[in-house]
Amino acid sequence: MSTPQPPLPQTAPAPPCPGYTSPIPVVRTHLGHAIAAEWTKMRSVRSTMWTLGVFVLLTIGVGLLPALVVVGTDTDLSSGENPLGTGAFGLLVGSVCLITLGVLTMSSEYGTGMIRTTMTACPNRGRVLAAKSIVFFAVAFVVSLVAITLVSLADVALLEGHGARQPTGAEWLKGTVGVSLFVALLGLLSLCVGSLLRHSAGAITVMIGVMLAPLVLALFMFSRALEGVREFLFEYSLPSQFFVFYGAALDEKGPSGWDPLWIVLGLTAAGYAAAHLLLHKRDV
Amino acid sequence: MIELAGLTKRYGEKVAVDRLTFTVRPGVVTGFLGPNGAGKSTTMRMMLGLDRPTAGEVRIDGRPYDRLKDPLTSIGALLEAKAWHGGRSAFHHLLCLAQSNGIPRGRVHEVLETVGLAAVARKKTKTFSLGMGRRLGIAAALLGDPRVLLFDEPVNGLDPEGIHWIRTLMKSLAAQGRTVFVSSHLMNEMAVTADHLIVIGRGRLLADTSMAEFIRRNARSYVRIRTPERERLLDVLHEAGVTVVETLGGDVEVADGKAERIGELAAQHRIVLHELSPRQASLEEAFMRLTAQTVEYHAQDETPAPRWGADRRKGN
Repeated sequence: MSTPQPPLPQTAPAPPCPGYTSPIPVVRTHLGHAIAAEWTKMRSVRSTMWTLGVFVLLTIGVGLLPALVVVGTDTDLSSGENPLGTGAFGLLVGSVCLITLGVLTMSSEYGTGMIRTTMTACPNRGRVLAAKSIVFFAVAFVVSLVAITLVSLADVALLEGHGARQPTGAEWLKGTVGVSLFVALLGLLSLCVGSLLRHSAGAITVMIGVMLAPLVLALFMFSRALEGVREFLFEYSLPSQFFVFYGAALDEKGPSGWDPLWIVLGLTAAGYAAAHLLLHKRDV
Repeated sequence: MIELAGLTKRYGEKVAVDRLTFTVRPGVVTGFLGPNGAGKSTTMRMMLGLDRPTAGEVRIDGRPYDRLKDPLTSIGALLEAKAWHGGRSAFHHLLCLAQSNGIPRGRVHEVLETVGLAAVARKKTKTFSLGMGRRLGIAAALLGDPRVLLFDEPVNGLDPEGIHWIRTLMKSLAAQGRTVFVSSHLMNEMAVTADHLIVIGRGRLLADTSMAEFIRRNARSYVRIRTPERERLLDVLHEAGVTVVETLGGDVEVADGKAERIGELAAQHRIVLHELSPRQASLEEAFMRLTAQTVEYHAQDETPAPRWGADRRKGN
């Protein structure tokens, strides 16, 4: 049995804050600290690297296939369409990886219990969400941009001899920076959904549904009465919007130019606001 | 120093923590005791800002948790449940925590040495045993060299060696002048670790006292006597006005009165005694009596287990 001690040992005039003083310098933490921590978290888990690796493989691999088919079959491409569009399929398929990665960035913390440690280390919950979002978005955007630029350069070089025209500067911008922002924002929206649902499988399912359901539904809307709905679903489904960056708008009424970017930006902003509010309101 | 003022947490109709007010002081190990489901973990989660209190507040060194500029250098916590990503190495787990609070990288290696995980620092944490996991949790708590430390059921499920290590560590941390707050549902564990005790049951404060005071108040003391002349002794005690509380087998137990007095009485009447010993009921018993009314999930005491052989007797 321990020898009982009086509850208050200080009898001599004590310093203003009694007790232990650490030799470690006290730092006023800010967003930069949280970003550094999130970056370490992201790069120190193997699944992140795997997901990004598969993403790059899909983007480049699937992206180069159509051009290789053109080269192999000696097709003539002098119709004047944007040659960058041939390389975009890979990024569209690969964006599923970004969705998964976005969801996992947040929901895996809940699944593993890490969130308790994270929130104890940084009680400013808004800062945690911001740091995660910044790190994820930066990684997703940069990796997408590098991969799709490589594919585009290869495509243009491969297709040059087959009658394809040179893309204009605006087409280059939309076909690289534009689509990369689009898919990175989709990933960020997934991160917010992951934060809202706190459940990996659930959040990934929701995001795949958001991505594909409108298109699949529209495919099977045979009834004349639903013509309007069907067109709307087609035009505003995320894959259709993705191809708007390559000037492949379905018709005049749907989104065109940079519209898809603003639409997905609006969705993501709404998702972020909801995630932020709920993160503050709920218990961890 | 941790100060709780009217801390309350309600989940719908159910009150998990009910107007808790107490102060945890530096320099001693404070035990936080209560049966399972008493609200210990919820209280600790509110201390760490993980759960929002329905009412009341917690202050760590004078500030609410989410106002701490440097949380990990103010307070370190070992939470009961596993709180890390199994795919990350111990080193990286601690590194990202250090970075989030601007703690120098060198501290990660220091705490890994302290808890004895330096050799497995680069291994994925999902390969860790229960004891290693506990050590990693303690490393995370010590990372910022904080003034306040919270341990939620730190010895649960550990082997004697691990229990001893944690016990010694907590005492040495308190001796350095830190505030150490440890939850447990085992009274005996607290009795050898804590200097001060806070007992709760069903979310309500039942006791806030020094360990010695708790023992003095709650441990029932009595004198146990064995004698071949039981009847004569009982008569003598009765005449002397000493109340005999309990007699089990041939033994006599006396709740009040000192062993000396009973010894003298026996000597006067020339009664042979085989044993005369002052005793204390176990602390675990005292704790159970204190929390008896508040235990969340009672075992079914009403239907006693059948006596051994009862069924056989019935059959014949």
